Amino acid sequence: MKNINVKVNGIAVSVPEGSTALEAARAAGVEIPTLCFLKGINEIGACRICVVEASDARGLVASCVYPVKEGTEITTNSERLIKSRKTTLELILSDHNKECLTCIRSTNCELQKLCREYGVENQERFAGEMNKYDIDQSAAHMYRDNEKCILCRRCTAACEKMQSVSVIGANDRGFDTHIASPFELPLGSVACVSCGQCITVCPTGALSERDDTQKVIDAIIDPEKLVIVQTAPAVRVGLGEEFGYPLGTIVTGKLITALRRLGFDKVFDTNFSADLTIIEEAAELLGRYTKKENLPLITSCSPGWINFAEFYYPEFIPNISSCKSPQGMFGAVAKTYYAEKMGVDPKDIFVVSIMPCTAKKFEAERAGHSAVPGLPDVDAVLTVRELARMIKKSGILFNQLPDGEYDAPFGLGSGAGTIFGATGGVAEAALRTAVFNITGKNAEKLEFTEVRGTQGIKEATYDVAGNVIRVAVASGLSNARKLLDMVKSGEKEYDFIEIMACPGGCVNGGGQPIQPASVRNVTDIRTERAAGLYKDDLNLPVRLSHENPDIKRLYEEYFECPNSHKAHEILHTGFIERDKY
Amino acid sequence: MKKRISTLQFEGTERQARQLGNIIEGCKKDKSMLMYVMQQAQLIYGYLPYEVQVMIAEGMDVPLEKVYGISTFYSQFTLSPKGKNNISVCLGTACYVKGSKQVLDKVCEVLGINPGECTSDRLFSIEECRCIGACGLAPVIMINDEVYGNLAPGDVEGIIDKYRNKN
Repeated sequence: MKNINVKVNGIAVSVPEGSTALEAARAAGVEIPTLCFLKGINEIGACRICVVEASDARGLVASCVYPVKEGTEITTNSERLIKSRKTTLELILSDHNKECLTCIRSTNCELQKLCREYGVENQERFAGEMNKYDIDQSAAHMYRDNEKCILCRRCTAACEKMQSVSVIGANDRGFDTHIASPFELPLGSVACVSCGQCITVCPTGALSERDDTQKVIDAIIDPEKLVIVQTAPAVRVGLGEEFGYPLGTIVTGKLITALRRLGFDKVFDTNFSADLTIIEEAAELLGRYTKKENLPLITSCSPGWINFAEFYYPEFIPNISSCKSPQGMFGAVAKTYYAEKMGVDPKDIFVVSIMPCTAKKFEAERAGHSAVPGLPDVDAVLTVRELARMIKKSGILFNQLPDGEYDAPFGLGSGAGTIFGATGGVAEAALRTAVFNITGKNAEKLEFTEVRGTQGIKEATYDVAGNVIRVAVASGLSNARKLLDMVKSGEKEYDFIEIMACPGGCVNGGGQPIQPASVRNVTDIRTERAAGLYKDDLNLPVRLSHENPDIKRLYEEYFECPNSHKAHEILHTGFIERDKY
Repeated sequence: MKKRISTLQFEGTERQARQLGNIIEGCKKDKSMLMYVMQQAQLIYGYLPYEVQVMIAEGMDVPLEKVYGISTFYSQFTLSPKGKNNISVCLGTACYVKGSKQVLDKVCEVLGINPGECTSDRLFSIEECRCIGACGLAPVIMINDEVYGNLAPGDVEGIIDKYRNKN
């Protein structure tokens, strides 16, 4: 592509033709503040925070959508611009609930940060009528407080473009404009898939996960309860960000110690039950592959995807693996096998999951996730953000914690379990075990790199001792939609499909630490976090689910063999078509 | 103004559904026809209730929220059925300074509904409008095609009764 020469604050810089003023500024090492802009997702030039002066425009232009031409001179920091941005902020504050002291996003709010940087001293400059909204707490996974919404549309763009779900949008107009669902229906009664991507892109405290920390604290205090906790693969690579570690840092050891110090009786690893999922799912795949029925087999680990399938693609339900997700399998095993082994009444066991996911909150409350009748497999689900809040509140200096080790008997997770957290990871883990199941020996190269990476849809074909296995991997529900439409029309045929609701998989889950747009627009957080997990996989002593000694023992002592009757009763579930209106 | 969502039972007929279905059939390949389809739907049903918006969303293969967002953005769309007699109260400048707000309040009081709503017997609906070009008669209201001018709140009840008795 042709390059053009422009100047930003007098700094000459050469940028590709078609670049925006914002991109040109970045190339010149100049930062322009943004609020509504999210690269590739929300490029609407609505908030007017990123305004600049351009030599080829008369008024101030929104740099995020203003294309520069040969010779354009951009000014980003004149007095006029600073005054304009400050006025914009004051206008936003005129209809904003300013309870910043206690707001969940305080110190991590993009609006607050800008107000501080631009020296907005008079919050009431444009005081007047303010909108009043009730907080929508109807959904199992989150709430929406429209009094803190600044109408940037980042959430609606994420819902529509990333996820092709579109259950929220801007309703009414002018001063009455607000983000909600059709006919003002509560979020809990529309076809929301609970992925939580809207929360992670929200610049303010308007959207947040349902806080279940008190429920967990109450259980810890209760002397009757044996409180056990499981940590999902992607948690170990996300949590560190809340404590200042760079993206992609693995903090497993500190995570374990922090959980012990918070008072959990046993700290286990969801990687263990991810391995269990692989054993069950690989057996299921082989069974279906041999009989050539209900192919492609589609993974069931991602509850956001399950919700999506039930609402939007019910015709694929017979294809979905009947395996519970690793979270569900863990809870089920904890309340059956573990309860028996420890001689504890399952009703005295309280299972907590630490998840990078908001949809797991919904999943835990689903019917069919109850191995012991009347008891949920998982009692409470905390996102990484909630766990970080608990750690901070308890005065635990996370960065100074010594590394801990998981408890037995569910403390050992393989590298295959770890990579569940990145898109393609489940497929790779399943392939590692499928190769063993078919050939009786392990693949020479354990890395199936074709299914790695952040592309929305990946394809690969593997020849395992003459058996051709066609694999596809999709992450982000708009990609899942594309893939499923191709399968539906007969354009593509596969034997095995992995689908993760969130783009990039769980590393970019709706329950992960929130990275502001200033980071998201210049860094691919999915790649950074996934790299951490792949490194973790390489460093683990066991890298194959079927070689995990804890798993072997579980089958010897309890389930006998994969897909046994008992395994079906405890580790498997079913899915149902749900009406989207 | 926030759009009022009618709580009245949807009473669409098979015939209306067929009519809308035919329009959607001809437009569904082109998503830019969505607004046109919504306008036609409003002509058929008189308003755009949930059931009709679902038909449009399904037929045009767009999210329901997209249809709803449009229906609440443009003032031409209504989410409440029109009554057999539609009362438009002018809130234009001339009428307003001559007291049309008090007239509107009286209309609402007599019928027991808010602007943008329809009575449960579907006889009357109220809408606010901006200038009907009869400023010399301010304040004015229109009922269907008839104009009533130089009104005081005290006149309202008698006029409404006239329509009530007609039906």
